[in-house]
Amino acid sequence: MPTLKSIKKRIGSVKNTRQITKAMKMVSAAKLRRAQENVVAARPYAGKLAEVLGRLAQNVSSDVSPLLQERPKERLLLIVITSDRGLCGGFNANICKAADRFLKEHAREYKELSVMAIGRKGYDFLKNRHKVVKNHTNIQSNLNYQTAALIAQEVIESFVADEYDEVHLLFNAFRSVMSQDITLDKLLPITSSAGEEEMLPPQYIYEPSQGELLAELLPKHIEVQVFRALLESVAAEHGARMTAMDSASKNANEMISKLTLQYNRARQAAITKELMEIISGAESIKG
Amino acid sequence: MAEKLKLELVTPYKKVLSAEVDEITANGSLGEFGVLPGHAAMLTALKIGELTYKQGATVSHLAVNWGYFEVEDDTVTVLVQTAEPADEIDLERAKAALGRAEEALKKLTPEDKNFVVYEAALERALIRMQVAGKAARR
Repeated sequence: MPTLKSIKKRIGSVKNTRQITKAMKMVSAAKLRRAQENVVAARPYAGKLAEVLGRLAQNVSSDVSPLLQERPKERLLLIVITSDRGLCGGFNANICKAADRFLKEHAREYKELSVMAIGRKGYDFLKNRHKVVKNHTNIQSNLNYQTAALIAQEVIESFVADEYDEVHLLFNAFRSVMSQDITLDKLLPITSSAGEEEMLPPQYIYEPSQGELLAELLPKHIEVQVFRALLESVAAEHGARMTAMDSASKNANEMISKLTLQYNRARQAAITKELMEIISGAESIKG
Repeated sequence: MAEKLKLELVTPYKKVLSAEVDEITANGSLGEFGVLPGHAAMLTALKIGELTYKQGATVSHLAVNWGYFEVEDDTVTVLVQTAEPADEIDLERAKAALGRAEEALKKLTPEDKNFVVYEAALERALIRMQVAGKAARR
């Protein structure tokens, strides 16, 4: 039986923890709202761009831009987006596992697999297991388009320079506060969804030529994809953290009530014991 | 033929503008052009420059950064990286940026990798100041 004092101490420490998890939950909730707004705000741009791109990409040969070039699949770059901070449930563990599995599955198919880690957690996990060529940390707390564009340009440059034949992007997509979907997107080369579109588009005037426009537009498309993935991942991270902290607070509450019960029992036992002692003492004097 | 153009201006951060307008003038990669209702379908690249639109008698100016301009069925979709209405421009910041860019350009040769970057910064700053100036006069 633990002593009264030790139980009291434990209750105190659990209460402290609960306070922290509650605060973290509140912070995540606020951040989540902001992140969600950002995701929603970025949607029209991505949607419109895809629309324009779809129209442009029709009847264009793949040699207008090196980004459309299909090469023999030999070297693959996987971009993994995780969070910089922990305490968000299975958020990072899941994505790291998925990355690990993906890399192992494709080890035979490709000659060379490289990883670019965005976020500290993913980097820490993957650096000892796979070939991590690059990592970007501490960009997610203050995410803007410029950072995403820089990363995208870096990827595009290495793709054009023939360092990789394919680039994939692995990230947590934001579904709801409770759930995230691990999503794998093929970033490069861009496969044109030719064919299934409706009949010929209206006669467009292109300034400059269609090919030139497309060549300029494609890198933007990559930038937007990276940006969107980052935004989604950030929103998903806060959602995951909020849920994790919520259940942690609940657990703490449960623990406190259990400990309080134990404490009251121990107190009762102590009182009873003391009473017995007094009574038996009095008895002995009488007798 | 519709009487008005529907203008939608979108950046990665938000939908800046969605309005019915009478006329749009923008700075395309092949020079400045204007669009009136009934324009043929067109797609063009935009340079760093000024975008002007008219709603009745009021004229509004925006400083836009690199992007795309699409006309179809009297709907104009503009995709740009940044767009700032004239009254939101921070003139002090633009001036500071101009100074910085000029300084940097003096030291660099046109072959330098960063030359283009600073040249673009210089252009952006100039356009911002120009647009902000128009807002002040109005």
